[in-house]
Amino acid sequence: MNERPIALLPELLLLGGAVGGLVLGLFLPRARQGLVRLVAAGTLVVVIVVSAVMAGGLAGPVFSGSYLVDVPLTVARIVVCAATLLVLALPGRDIVGHPRETEFYTLLLLAALGTIALAGAADLLLLVAAYLLASVPLYALAGFAKDAAGTEAALKYYLMGAFLGVTLLIGVTLLYGAGGATGYAELSRSLPGAPRVAVAVGALAVLAGLAFKLGAVPAHFWVPDVTEGASTPVAAFVTTVPKVGAVLAAYRLVGGPLLGAPGNWPLLVAILAAASMTLGNLAAFFQDSVRRLLAYSTISQVGYLLMAVAVAGRVELALPALTLYVAAYAVTNVGAFAVVAAARAGPRLADWQGLGRAQPALAVALVVCLLGLVGTPPTGVFVGKLTIFSAAADGGLGWLVVLAAVNTVASLFYYLRWIAPMFRAAPVRTGGEPSPRSVGWAGRTAVAAAVIAVALGIVAGPLLAAVGSA
Amino acid sequence: MTVLSILVFLPLAAALVLLAWPRPPGRTATWIWIWASAVDLALVVGLWLAYGGGPGVTDGFAFEQRASWIPGVGSSYHVGVDGLSLPLAALTAVLFLACGVHALGEDRNRRSYAALFLFLQTVCTGLFVSLDLILFFVFFDLSIVGMYFVIAGWGHTQAARAALKFFLYTFLGSLALLLGFIGLYVGSDPHTFDMVELARTTPLDGRPVFGGLVLLAIGLGLAVKTPTFPFHTWLPPAHTEAPAEGSAILAGVLLKMGTFGFVRIAMPILPEAWRQWAWLIVVVGVVSVLWGALVALAQSSFKRLIAYTSVNHMGYVILALGAAGMLGGDAAARSVAVTGAVTQMVSHGLLTGALFLLTGVMWRRRETYEMSEYGGLAGPAPRFAALLALAAFGSLGLPGFSGFIAEFQIFAGSLGPAPVATVVALVGILVTAGLFLWALQRILLGSREETGFRDLRWHETASIAPLMGLAVVVGLVPAWLLGVIDPAARAVVDLLGS
Repeated sequence: MNERPIALLPELLLLGGAVGGLVLGLFLPRARQGLVRLVAAGTLVVVIVVSAVMAGGLAGPVFSGSYLVDVPLTVARIVVCAATLLVLALPGRDIVGHPRETEFYTLLLLAALGTIALAGAADLLLLVAAYLLASVPLYALAGFAKDAAGTEAALKYYLMGAFLGVTLLIGVTLLYGAGGATGYAELSRSLPGAPRVAVAVGALAVLAGLAFKLGAVPAHFWVPDVTEGASTPVAAFVTTVPKVGAVLAAYRLVGGPLLGAPGNWPLLVAILAAASMTLGNLAAFFQDSVRRLLAYSTISQVGYLLMAVAVAGRVELALPALTLYVAAYAVTNVGAFAVVAAARAGPRLADWQGLGRAQPALAVALVVCLLGLVGTPPTGVFVGKLTIFSAAADGGLGWLVVLAAVNTVASLFYYLRWIAPMFRAAPVRTGGEPSPRSVGWAGRTAVAAAVIAVALGIVAGPLLAAVGSA
Repeated sequence: MTVLSILVFLPLAAALVLLAWPRPPGRTATWIWIWASAVDLALVVGLWLAYGGGPGVTDGFAFEQRASWIPGVGSSYHVGVDGLSLPLAALTAVLFLACGVHALGEDRNRRSYAALFLFLQTVCTGLFVSLDLILFFVFFDLSIVGMYFVIAGWGHTQAARAALKFFLYTFLGSLALLLGFIGLYVGSDPHTFDMVELARTTPLDGRPVFGGLVLLAIGLGLAVKTPTFPFHTWLPPAHTEAPAEGSAILAGVLLKMGTFGFVRIAMPILPEAWRQWAWLIVVVGVVSVLWGALVALAQSSFKRLIAYTSVNHMGYVILALGAAGMLGGDAAARSVAVTGAVTQMVSHGLLTGALFLLTGVMWRRRETYEMSEYGGLAGPAPRFAALLALAAFGSLGLPGFSGFIAEFQIFAGSLGPAPVATVVALVGILVTAGLFLWALQRILLGSREETGFRDLRWHETASIAPLMGLAVVVGLVPAWLLGVIDPAARAVVDLLGS
C-alpha cells in the first residue's frame, strides 16, 4: 500500500518541532521562552532544506493514494515554511515575553503543518483533517491578545470556519455517497457516471470550505476583521499561508475528480475568481485603514490565483503558473505586513505621511511589495500574473483575462493611495505614541522579503521549468 | 554579457553604486550620473561605428544576444539592434547625458534624483533594444514607475495629482498591451513571446477577428503612451508638473516607446491586421496632428504649449506609419514614410528635449510657465533667446533642422497612399508655425522692461546647445542617419506586402 513514512519526513519534522517546542516551553522560565522561537525557526529551516533535498525523489502517491508527494507539494512545503519563517520574525513586544509565548509559536507551526497537508491531500477525508488542522490553531491565534478586537475577530473567524467546515463535511459525505470512494483517483473514475445533483451539491459544498480557507468571495467576510483585529504577525500569516494549501487543494480537486464530473466546474471557479478580484478591489478602494486595505487586497489576489484553478488539468502551464504566483504572492504579502509591523506609523493611511524620510529603507521595501502585488515587473508576482494570464487565455477564458487586467489597473489606485503620502513631507507629530513593536527584526524581514520578491521574478524561468517538467 | 547588455545595465550599476553611498558630497551624485551617461554615449557611438547595417526586423540584428529567461512561456532575454532601434538607443544616451548636465542646477535630494534617472536610462535603452515581448513589457512598465517617482518627488505644486493620473492612465495602457501580447502568445504555435520569431511567422494572418482584437489591444496600449488623440489627456498635466529633466525624458524618450512599439511590434507581427486597419490609424494620426496643433494654440502656459505640440508631432509619426499600411502607393514611397517616421522620433526627441530644458530655465528664474509673465527676454538673456528661437524654428519644421528632413519624408511618403489625409495634415504645419512664432514673440520680444532674468548658466548652455547642434547636423547632412534607418524601413514595408 506504498506506505513510505520517509516521504512524509518534512511533515513529521514539522510536527516534531511543534511538539518539541511546546514541551520545551513548559520547562522554560517565562522570560526565556524566546528559545522556543529559535527552535521553531530552526525546525522551519530544516524542513525547507529537507524538502529541497527530497525534491524529485520519493515522488508519487503514498498511503493508499491519499497523499500526493510531487513537485507542487514540494513547492508548497518550502513556501509555507519560508513564509512562516518570515512571520516568526515579526512578533513585537505584545507577544515576546507574553505568558503564552510558547503557544504562539506552536500554534503557528501546527497551522503551517495543516496547510501543507491541505496542499498534498488527494483524498477527501484527509482534506477534512487538513482543513481542521489548518484552521483550529488560527482561531486561537486570532484571539491571542484577548482584547476586544481580537476576540471579535476570533469569534467571527471561528463561526464562519465552523459553519463552512460542516459544509465541507456534508460535501465530502455526498461525494462519497455519489462516487463510492474518497480517494481522488477513484473519484475521477466514478464521478462522471454519478448522480448529477448529488455531485453538484457535494462539490459545491467542498469548494465552499476551500473558499473559506482561501478567503475568496463569497466566504471572505472574516478576512478584513481578522486582519484588523488580530496582531500583525497573525494577520500576515492568516492572509498568506493558508491560501498556499487551499489553492493547491482546489487545483487538485478541480483538475482531478471534478474534471470529468457533471457540471461546469471550471466556469464556476472562473466566476468565483472574477467576483473575488472585483469585489476585493472595489472594497479596497476607499479604505483608510492600512490593514483593511491589505485585507481586501488579499481577497482580490485570490481571484488571480483562482484563474489558474479554473483551467486546472486543461492547460499545461496552469500548474507552474499557480505555484510561482502563490510563492511570489506569499513572500510579497508577508513583506507588506512586515513593513506594517516595523513602521513607526499609525493604522491610518494618513499616518504614513513622511515615512519615506523617517524610515527610507522600509518605505522602499513597501513600495517594492505593493507594486509587486500590482504585478509590476520584474517582481515574482509579475511573472506569476503573466503566466497565469497566459494559461487562462490559452484555456479559452479571454474574458476573465481582460477583467483581471482591468482589475490590476484598479488595484494600482489604492496601492498608490498608500505609497503617495509616504514621500510627502511629514506633518508635525503631536504627542507621538511610543511604538509597541520591536522594529529591528521586522524591518530586516521587510527588506529581505522585498529582495526575495524581486529575485523570484528574475529567477522565475528555472522555477517554472522545474514545476513544468514534473 | 555582450556590449549591448553593458550599454543597457551600466546606468543601473551606477544607480546601485549611488544607493550604496549614503551621503555623496555636493554634486557628486549628479556627476556620477553625467559620467555614467557619458560612458554610455561613448558606447553607443562605438556601436554606431561598428554597425554593419543589416536589414533587421526579422533577421540580421547586430550585437544580438539571447539567453534563457522564462523558457516555460517561450520568453527569453533577447536583445539586438537594427536600423529602427539604434537611432533611438543613441537618442536615449544623448538626452540622458544632456539632462544630467542640466540637473547640476537641481538641489533637492540629488542622490535619489540621479539614481532614478540612471534607472530610467537602463529602462529606456533596454526597451529599444529588446526583441522579446515580455522583456519589452518589463521595460515599458518600469519606465512608468520610474517617471511616476520623478514627477511625484520633484514636481511642482500639483505634482501628486498629475503623477497619479499619469501612472493610472499609462498603466492601463500597459495592461492593454500585455493583453495583446498574451493574445499573440496564445495565437502562435509553438507558443512564444519572441518578436523575431513572431515577425517571421506572423501567426495571426488569416484570422481577421482575432488579429484585429490583438491589434486593438496593442494599439490601445501604445496609443496611450505615444499619446495620440483621444488618449493624450494625461500628457499636459504630467508635463506641467514634472521637473525640466523629467519632461525632457518623458517627451524625448518615453513617448517614443509608443511609436517605436508600432514599428517594432504591431506592423511586423500583425501585417494583415495593420493593412486592414491602416485607414483608421491614418485618421487617428491626422486628428492628433490637428488637435495637438489647435489646442496648443489656445495655451497660455509655454510648457503646456510644447506638450500639445508633442501630440501634434507624434501625430505625423502615426500618420506615416498608417500610410505605410495603405497598399495604394508604391513600396518605395511607403518605405520613405517609415524612414521619415523614425527620423521624426529622433528629431522630436532632440528638439522637444531642448525646448523642455529651456522651460526648466524659465521655471528656475521665475517659477512660472505663463507666457504673460515674460516679455522682451531677448535683451537681458541673449543666449537663452537664441537657443529658444533655434529650437522653436526647428520644431516648426524649418529647412536646415532635423524636423524638416523628418516631416518632408513623412509627407512625401504618405501623399501617394493617403493623399487627402496628408493634405489635411499639412494644415497642422501651418498652425504650429504660427503658434511657435507667436510664442517667441510673446516671450522674447516686446517692450517690456525685463530685469533680473539671468541668462543661461554654463551647465544650462552645455546641456541644451549640443541637442540643437545635433538637430542642425541631422538637418544639414542627414545621410548618416537615414542610411541606418532605410534598410529596416524597407524590411518593415516588405513585411506589410505590396
